[in-house]
Amino acid sequence: MKIGKLRAAAFAVTAAALSVSLSACGSAGPAGSATTGDSPTMWGLTGGGQQVLQQTVDSWNKAHPDEAIKLDFFANDAYKTKVRTAVGAGQGPTFIYGWGGGVLKSYVDAGQVEDLSGFLKENPEVKDRYLPSVLKSGELDGKTYALPNNNVQPVVLYYNKDVFDKVGARPPKTWDELMALVPKFKAAGIAPFSLGGQSKWPDLMWLEYLVERIGGPDVFANIAANKPNAWSDPAVAEALARIQELVDAGGFINGFSSIAADSNADQALLYTGKAAMVLQGGWIYQGMKKDAPDFVKNGKLGYTNFPTVEGGKGDPANVVGNPSNFWSISSKATEGQKKAALDYVKSGMFTEENTQALIDSGAVPVVNGIESKLAASPDKDFLSFVYGMAKDAPSFTLSWDQALSPAQGDAMLANLDQIFLKKMTPEQFISTMNATIGK
Amino acid sequence: MALTTSTSRRVRSRQLVGSGPSAWLAAPALAFFLLFAVIPLIGVVVLSFTSWDGLGEIRFDAVSSWARVLTDPVTGNALVVTAKIMFFSFIVQAPISLLLGVFTAAGQKYRAALAVLYFVPLLLSSAAVAIAFKALLDPNFGLGPGLGLPALAQDWLGNSDLVLFVVVFVIAWQFVPFHTLIYQGGVRQIPASFYEAAQIDGAGRIQQFVNITLPQLKYTVITSSTLMVVGSLAYFDLIFVLTAGGPGYATRLLPLHMYLTGFKANDMGAASALGVILVVIGLGLALLLQRLGGKNRNASQLEGA
Repeated sequence: MKIGKLRAAAFAVTAAALSVSLSACGSAGPAGSATTGDSPTMWGLTGGGQQVLQQTVDSWNKAHPDEAIKLDFFANDAYKTKVRTAVGAGQGPTFIYGWGGGVLKSYVDAGQVEDLSGFLKENPEVKDRYLPSVLKSGELDGKTYALPNNNVQPVVLYYNKDVFDKVGARPPKTWDELMALVPKFKAAGIAPFSLGGQSKWPDLMWLEYLVERIGGPDVFANIAANKPNAWSDPAVAEALARIQELVDAGGFINGFSSIAADSNADQALLYTGKAAMVLQGGWIYQGMKKDAPDFVKNGKLGYTNFPTVEGGKGDPANVVGNPSNFWSISSKATEGQKKAALDYVKSGMFTEENTQALIDSGAVPVVNGIESKLAASPDKDFLSFVYGMAKDAPSFTLSWDQALSPAQGDAMLANLDQIFLKKMTPEQFISTMNATIGK
Repeated sequence: MALTTSTSRRVRSRQLVGSGPSAWLAAPALAFFLLFAVIPLIGVVVLSFTSWDGLGEIRFDAVSSWARVLTDPVTGNALVVTAKIMFFSFIVQAPISLLLGVFTAAGQKYRAALAVLYFVPLLLSSAAVAIAFKALLDPNFGLGPGLGLPALAQDWLGNSDLVLFVVVFVIAWQFVPFHTLIYQGGVRQIPASFYEAAQIDGAGRIQQFVNITLPQLKYTVITSSTLMVVGSLAYFDLIFVLTAGGPGYATRLLPLHMYLTGFKANDMGAASALGVILVVIGLGLALLLQRLGGKNRNASQLEGA
């Protein structure tokens, strides 16, 4: 009897363990309709843009069964590690999804991605469809290695209109106004700013915009160009000091460094009225549209540009964020795969249908001449705002963690975390980061 | 019939003791060990003398990766964090699992039912545990605000001084059941006659525990401690999902530092050097703990039983 029980228990344990390990295996995406070994492969990201990409590839595969694409999806962070390992081992997909910047450079240096400049010259209509400021992010030394594939994602200052009405405040136009709002909201028991500090990259948006407003785009351009001691620019020190002032004033919600942006907790604080503002990427609009449809539909969500800083050199119209995501074509792919991939880039992407699907999802495609389509969308106010931001920006700086080499980006996020926690002074940050230049 | 089988078995076992099983029996295990442990280890040692970003050419670079690793303050910090987590995990887990193991080893039904409940965390994957705790510990939407208990709404994962203990707690929550199981098995092997004799001599519960249970569990304690201490060199998935090493570098212990150096910063040379350090520390600790257990480990504990 006892042994019988034991055996049953052991069986149950084994079964549970097996089902766990089995479920871990069965996560491959839907296979394309008629793909063969010579079909191009594509790895996309789960989440916001997944559905639109799937639809676009499905309709391409239906129309071009001979050049059908095999599409798989991965989660963001897992993808970043997986694709690099796969490309390094010669097992990468034909279409390499990317953000431009430092990672793209390492692919180019290793000769892993195709130079697309010739393709663009032969097909000027492809080049002409993109917003020029966005197309530039896929270029390196005057050659194009990556083409934008979805929507523009600038960093936006979102605010909750209800909360602002309650305390009788207006969205800040300058840094001083922003600082003056902090005690006002705190007196009303509302956190001035929500921040997903545990994820680290939301911290970076503050540094990016402050440095941009104080010193202009050249400050970071020098850092990205690996100029010695580029972090010592006074704009960086001033930006870091202002961040710590804001932390001291209690500008960020209590426990901000326990809040994960991956679980959308930071935006939830905004639409539940626990926080008045949040500085986040354009993509959280799509998330809030889904999680808090009434809040967005009833016009309670406000959005504006990052405030100016008195005496700052940066043009207030300058933008930071992710210009877009990009496709690069693997140089290790077969000729057949490459040809099919370029055909897709030429006539499968940003079709009428694809562009409309992106707009319907609450995103702004990175193509010219879509003003009328945007105006017809139920999200027209936000979409036009973002489109205008991207189109009129004299400079669009790529998110620093993407622009820098992976080693520098990793160190920067960990050290910036310490700045927000006040475990590090701006001087320490600058000297630590200067030491990473060229790595 | 019964008699003959038992004699023949005894004879056979005596023969086995004399000659020992054929060394060839170890061959399959040895082959796997070579293929999946020794050869990769040699590869890591070789890689630690190169510089490689995972994409381009692997270039031999003498000791530059080692110099980089050994002069990086983050490495020293990672060692300190690892030692702290190892120490606190041991201090927290060892007494709890010893007591729970002794408690659940007794035969009563309710204890068996409790033992099954204690066992549950072991069935969950570390990633699932970490995701669940991350949600529970959220200061705005987690357990504290949910239950209306402000004391639970601390900045658990964001406060550099607090986060280490939160991590130790979650590790203990997951691994105490495993060590409880080890102790439970150990306690059940202690002959009941010992306790009977002690009772006749008038020993109380605590005296029995100190004078019989603890000494009899000596090797169980060593096994469990080795697993705890060396295992804490391998804590990775749970901490990676829970804190990703943050805030700052507060929970970036050695294995995590190795992973982030290799796969986030793409510095495979330095990551390999860290891997070698990890292996050396792990082997050293395991050896030390075995030594602590005394040389003659085959001596019977059951003499006089």
